[in-house]
Amino acid sequence: MKINKEQIEKHGLKLEEYNKIKELLGREANLLELGIFSAMWNEHCSYKSSKIHLKKLPTKNNIVIQGPGENAGVIDIGDDDAIIFKIESHNHPSFIEPYQGAATGVGGILRDVFTMGARPIALMNSIHFGSPTNKNTQNLLNGVVSGIGGYGNSVGIPTVGGETKFNSTYNENILVNAMAVGHANKKKIFYSKAKGINKPVVYVGSKTGRDGIHGATMASAEFDENSEEKKPTVQVGDPFTEKLLLEACLELMKENSIISIQDMGAAGLTSSSIEMASKGKLGIELNLNKVPCRENNMSPYEMMLSESQERMLIILDEKKEKKAKKIFDKWDLDFVVIVKTTDTNRLVLNFDNKIVADIPIRALADEAPQYDRKWNKPKIKKNNLKRDDLKKIKIEDVLIKILSSPDHSNKSWITDQYDQVVMCDTIQKSGGDAAVVRIHNKNKAISISVDSSAHYCSSDPKSGGKQIVCENWRNLISVGSKPLAITNCLNFGSPEKPDVMGEFVECINGMKEACEFLNFPVVSGNVSFYNETNSKSIFPTPVIGGIGLFDNLNKIINMKTKKVGNLIIIVGKTFGHLGQSSFMREIYSVNEGSPPEINLTNEKNNGQSILNLINLNLVASCHDVSSGGILISLAEMSMASMLGLKILKPKKFTDLNEYFFAEDQGRYLIEIEVDNLKKVESILKKSNIFYEVVAEVQNDIFELSKTFSIKTQELYKNNNQWFKKFNAIN
Amino acid sequence: MKSSVIVFPGSNCDRDIAVALEKLQFKNSMIWHKENILPKSDLIVVPGGFSYGDYLRSGAIAAKSNILNEVIKAGERGSLILGICNGFQILIECGLLKGALLRNSGLKFISKNIFIKIQSNKNKFFNKYKKNEILELNIAHNEGNFFTDKKHLNELEDNDLIPIKYCDKEGNINPKTNPNGSLNNIAGIFNKNKNILGMMPHPERMADKTCSNEDGLPLFLSLMN
Repeated sequence: MKINKEQIEKHGLKLEEYNKIKELLGREANLLELGIFSAMWNEHCSYKSSKIHLKKLPTKNNIVIQGPGENAGVIDIGDDDAIIFKIESHNHPSFIEPYQGAATGVGGILRDVFTMGARPIALMNSIHFGSPTNKNTQNLLNGVVSGIGGYGNSVGIPTVGGETKFNSTYNENILVNAMAVGHANKKKIFYSKAKGINKPVVYVGSKTGRDGIHGATMASAEFDENSEEKKPTVQVGDPFTEKLLLEACLELMKENSIISIQDMGAAGLTSSSIEMASKGKLGIELNLNKVPCRENNMSPYEMMLSESQERMLIILDEKKEKKAKKIFDKWDLDFVVIVKTTDTNRLVLNFDNKIVADIPIRALADEAPQYDRKWNKPKIKKNNLKRDDLKKIKIEDVLIKILSSPDHSNKSWITDQYDQVVMCDTIQKSGGDAAVVRIHNKNKAISISVDSSAHYCSSDPKSGGKQIVCENWRNLISVGSKPLAITNCLNFGSPEKPDVMGEFVECINGMKEACEFLNFPVVSGNVSFYNETNSKSIFPTPVIGGIGLFDNLNKIINMKTKKVGNLIIIVGKTFGHLGQSSFMREIYSVNEGSPPEINLTNEKNNGQSILNLINLNLVASCHDVSSGGILISLAEMSMASMLGLKILKPKKFTDLNEYFFAEDQGRYLIEIEVDNLKKVESILKKSNIFYEVVAEVQNDIFELSKTFSIKTQELYKNNNQWFKKFNAIN
Repeated sequence: MKSSVIVFPGSNCDRDIAVALEKLQFKNSMIWHKENILPKSDLIVVPGGFSYGDYLRSGAIAAKSNILNEVIKAGERGSLILGICNGFQILIECGLLKGALLRNSGLKFISKNIFIKIQSNKNKFFNKYKKNEILELNIAHNEGNFFTDKKHLNELEDNDLIPIKYCDKEGNINPKTNPNGSLNNIAGIFNKNKNILGMMPHPERMADKTCSNEDGLPLFLSLMN
């Protein structure tokens, strides 16, 4: 049977790509082989449009043990401890079937982390929905949140934070990015590279079903009005089996029996076996009759392309096979040797005593097409904000309106559906600048923050790319930790469009600059292209997940103001930049102007000084100033403790809105004891850092002298109503 | 004191409870669900989690497991048994406790810190607390909405068999301070002999000052009394 044009298109391949396949095989492919190529060569697995740009990002420094290219990134946090982490998207499945899409997103990222030998200790997420007025939003929000919770809660890994945002750009293409963080002994990290010939290749975990066939190909195509029909390509999650698989794998890892291990994620059995063989420069031979199947009469095509969840492929030391089987028996999981590694450098599939596919591994992995796609330099909108004609609104009304907007509202309606404290090591839950999780049984902890700034990126991708890295860095510092490394999830439209590709390239350039300057390497990540519906792209939305370290549990701080009479100081200069601010968007629905500028020198200087002050025990509480500006950050500190604040008017600003709602970067609010003021001032002066006193902590009342006075309780009420109203059961 | 923590494949609070028990010098053993023998212990804990996935009614399959037969026998002999969260659901499913745990009234999984008020301290589990003391504990469940018939409810109320009820910070017990729709704000119940306690809140999550408070610790201390 000859492969026809329609089949090639159905598999998401281009005609010239199929011609290359023929060339590599030296013959026509059969349908199974076409399926395998399409699974390996799609954007999701091959990074064919992004690879040449991703190479620019810094991925190494003295703490990086493993950078991009493995299941997850690994960093050294001292002693024998390593942190293994990664963020990944599950956007398309979550739009089609929000509960299962989000749940399996969590499952997949957990496997990436425990495959490498880590016990997962925390989950985070970044979720973006369409406008609240869009008819799908409520259903999607509910489904995604219960899916994330349903999976993590059951496996027993705390979901400690994240971010949730709304914008009409995501109406037909929501974003669900999940991050997992695990802890491992740095001498016991497991990789996917196969070693040795004739080693048993073992299939463990769930049985293979017909779910998720061609999921990776689906994720690499844009949506249209028939997307609903793609439901069968969404996998169904089983967190219970994940828990079994997690425990069984970690138990097996205590023995020295695993040579290499790889989870079956996107493109299932196909990509896992090929990845292992390709890294080890070996061949692999599978007997598909041995694959544990959930349904009868599954074809080789279905087995190879199924994305059934909770499965792993392990290459074992042949002497340890019996012992390994015993562990999987204990956990009631399938454990089947589906044949062996070879020296042929080919993927050979046997079924019913016939060879049904025979492909050089190199063709699938190394020969995957790579594109240097055409890209247009984004046109940067200059800051042409004209505010003179806008209606004046009282500052306290602005405050309330921003605090009660969907993006700024308290997210406890969401986070109360996540078990945040199981494992009993969560020191700081969601709602702070970063979550804090203790390393079990040790006097040290890590901080985790997930951030994005799609508005900034859409207006100036390069500056936006820089900004998110900086904001993430700032969040980790605000809790008192030393920022170490990041993972990124790059959500963009179609790479085949030069404008989208331009956004992608420039965002990466911005990130690169910031990461290099801050010594903040990227150790893992994921690219999600084709986030568009009917040819309309989403805002460029890179998401950053960062990890920081506390080498002592006494250094952890939060944003809760502590004592009446203490002073709040702003560190970092306010210029009054309102372009792309929450103020302009929430109050005037204006999306014009450029985002605030990033000055990396100041950013680093300010951050390091804050960390220094925290380490000298001079800071009672700390909060970074980001979206919404100073007044919103002050309100958040006040609501965290329910103490009030007496805010001072700035000396140099005539336009209070510019002072209080500007989103200038590199700024922090710190609470200090009056007695420490001199000491703090001298340290900041020595580093040449701008600061000024902005407020004093008081009881109950949040006020700006001679302008407004509101009870903190009232702020809290306004900040806590949106989600409840939006999701009220009618 | 010797304790045994029952471990189902989907238990996920087993390590947490073990840490709390060992902190107080319990000699603790972890007992795998496939075991047929339960070592002699002063306290048996059925921990939180998702026993066998709980895709069926929570705890329904666990109630039929090998080890549960031994737990039931021990309970009938008068051993102290503590079921937390999924453990409470299992104790109800296996008949050691009466009533039912329905889906939360809000139809959502709830995980947050709540307050409970000690209704009675004249028992093995709460004797280190004062009567009417208010504790802040954490809950994390989908099915914690306790329900039972009138006769059983009266029996519980009249015989001091409801040691803890949900309340607010000030101790008010009313529908507004009820997180999951539980009858009479019930957070936990005893069997008739008060040797078996089932509770939805997690005391083991409040046993470490670094992460939380220590409101859960006196429960374990009470057991040693």
